[in-house]
Amino acid sequence: MFEVIADNGILAAIVALVVLAAGFGALLGFAGERFRVEGDPVVERIDALLPQTQCGQCGYPGCRPYAEAINQGDEINKCPPGGDTTIEALADLLGREPKPLDGEAQQSPKVAYIREAECIGCTKCIQACPVDAILGAAKHMHTVIVDECTGCDLCVDPCPVDCIDMLPRPRSLDEWHWPQPAGPGLPQQATSLSLIASDRQLSEDRRSQRGAA
Amino acid sequence: MTRSFDFPGGIFPPERKIISTRQLLREAALPTRVVLPLDQHIGQAAEPCVRVGQAVKTGEPVAIGQGMLTADLHASITGTVTAIEACPIPHPSQGRYLAVVIERDPDAPETWQRMPALDWRSADSDTLTERLTRSGVVGLGGAGFPTQIKARVHERHRIDTLIVNAAECEPYITADDLLLRTYPQEVLDGARLLARLAGAERILVGIEDNKPEAIAALQAALADSSPERDTCPIEIRVVTTRYPSGGEKQLIKRLLDREVPSGGLPADIGVLCHNPGTLRATLQAVRDGQPLVSRIVTLTGEALAHPGNVEARLGTPIHSLLEEAGLKERELGQLLMGGPLMGFPLASTALPIVKTTNCLVAATRTELPPPPVEQPCIRCGACEEVCPASLLPQQLYWFARGREHDKAQLFNLFDCIECGACAYVCPSHIPLVQYYRATKGEIRAHRLEAQRAEHARHRFEFRQARIEREAAEKEARRQARAKAASRVTAHNAEAEPSPRGKPALGPDSKEQLKQLRIAQAAAKASLRKAEKALARAGESGNDDTADLEVQVATAQENLQAIETRLASAKEASST
Repeated sequence: MFEVIADNGILAAIVALVVLAAGFGALLGFAGERFRVEGDPVVERIDALLPQTQCGQCGYPGCRPYAEAINQGDEINKCPPGGDTTIEALADLLGREPKPLDGEAQQSPKVAYIREAECIGCTKCIQACPVDAILGAAKHMHTVIVDECTGCDLCVDPCPVDCIDMLPRPRSLDEWHWPQPAGPGLPQQATSLSLIASDRQLSEDRRSQRGAA
Repeated sequence: MTRSFDFPGGIFPPERKIISTRQLLREAALPTRVVLPLDQHIGQAAEPCVRVGQAVKTGEPVAIGQGMLTADLHASITGTVTAIEACPIPHPSQGRYLAVVIERDPDAPETWQRMPALDWRSADSDTLTERLTRSGVVGLGGAGFPTQIKARVHERHRIDTLIVNAAECEPYITADDLLLRTYPQEVLDGARLLARLAGAERILVGIEDNKPEAIAALQAALADSSPERDTCPIEIRVVTTRYPSGGEKQLIKRLLDREVPSGGLPADIGVLCHNPGTLRATLQAVRDGQPLVSRIVTLTGEALAHPGNVEARLGTPIHSLLEEAGLKERELGQLLMGGPLMGFPLASTALPIVKTTNCLVAATRTELPPPPVEQPCIRCGACEEVCPASLLPQQLYWFARGREHDKAQLFNLFDCIECGACAYVCPSHIPLVQYYRATKGEIRAHRLEAQRAEHARHRFEFRQARIEREAAEKEARRQARAKAASRVTAHNAEAEPSPRGKPALGPDSKEQLKQLRIAQAAAKASLRKAEKALARAGESGNDDTADLEVQVATAQENLQAIETRLASAKEASST
């Protein structure tokens, strides 16, 4: 048997290839079982790009269902809290064309604020909040935990006495950052660093002196 | 003269320090009203612990730090708290922030509330660290990093050298210079204290050669101190004047030829850097029990008739300091806090002095003219030659303009120390540092948003899991009730056999049981994983474990829901 194969070149090649194919096939199959990825990694990555406000403005009950829907081929421009940046990031990830936002873009991050004097303690907003950011009990005043609120608006409609306002999120000092300069040809803002024109001349003189010495 | 090394780049701007070094350090007049913003340091703001109307003594705490990275705040005059409200603060945002306002009766004498004095040579390190925490001492060089955190850095890193950063390289500023001339022994003692606390083997004083008086004072103080007093050797290293040798990383490179790794801290290479002002404040906190209530401020610029350095109480209004220094209001063109290269303009003089106010430059229009119009980059490469961090400022500029944040980070934008050398030499007057600051801010804001989103996602998942569990439990209770009811009817019917008999265990429910068991195993695994991650985070000393805790709770809820389901399914199939 072995001699027949050894003598016949073409047969030897075929046997060798079959053995290799079987070996690698088994290896791949094992690896596929051993290192199986639970869930759909693309959905995870889409979900990571969404703002997680869980507001439902896209028509899905939360960000993850929308991520799944995008993976199934739904449009990528249905997320108003994310705005253009999210659309661009999604387009980048999925290799699709970015589209203008479907809906009104949000101006600035907001948080819900309960006018506590008017709250009747109905717990309807608590049930509506997707991130458990409202604290309270039946017939007791409710309040919003500002740090947990995503500004999704979902508590506003259920409130029977309309005591919930959406206010701009308070910004701490750490969150402030310098604005980008206007660009070439435009006058600089007052916040720009002010170089000392006379100093610049002096320093150039000094440098040339150093050079001469 | 010992060997010194060099950092790349650097510039030689005119120093203009002579304006404010001609006068001795003096004490500013005691203000009648102080404004103490609650966020004067890096980290979380402090929480007020006084009421409006409460009488406070000088040195009494008015706000207590919250969280890890924070600092306490103390009353800087004896008086009454008249308000706790948002006040304008000296911050580049020109915004308002919550502050404690204290007013005093001009005739009433000052009374102090000090903590008991400690002997820094014998007190144990826990006592000393606790004292620093209660004294509100932060880095007085300009960054405002809480000192007690730096004092505890030896818990995670081995420190061999403590550097006293007395380089003070930025034009105009002379606060450290005058401090060293006036109180050299206190600074050295403060350095000894913190070196002992950190377990450092030696102390290096890095100072630029443009401060001969300060160097002489230090040397005299060093000669004065008896040898047994010196627990660890102190060496004064004079370096040639070049901006920005006062940068922490630059000074370490110059003195020790060690480089702080990108994104790292000096502690990673066994070094701790402190500003002389911080050292004196530390010593005062320990030796005298006096919390940080004042600091040395340089008042300079050509719009002042009597420029100089003053020791001012925190919260003193800037206008009263400037008036004391003879402000010529009509000549004032621009008011800067900090130096001309790294500082920022202030919109008004009705702002208080804070812990990080090291210098106020009241400049005339000819002295600090408005910045010229920005021209297009001509790719001359001058910025790259002067960058002390060996970055590529020109590339970073293009990335900043194009908002290519990933690339900017790839080119180590966060290693930029914002010294302003590149903008200083730019022939096109491009405010390069401004671009970098804006880009850094945008990147940080993006990171914060991502963190918030992640947090919201965990909260949402937890809520979903909880709802799921509640539904499962409700279902189980309903089934139990239904079963009890059917048992009662069966009992009533007595011997009469049930017409339907025992329901056959269909393939459906078997399949369901199997699936539930698999789901249970998966939920157990994810709970274990979440718990492990939490334990790891706890071991590595990470304080931000809230999200991980939520993840563990979510996994627990999921597991509970599945177990309830499984139990009721088993019950159903066994009957």
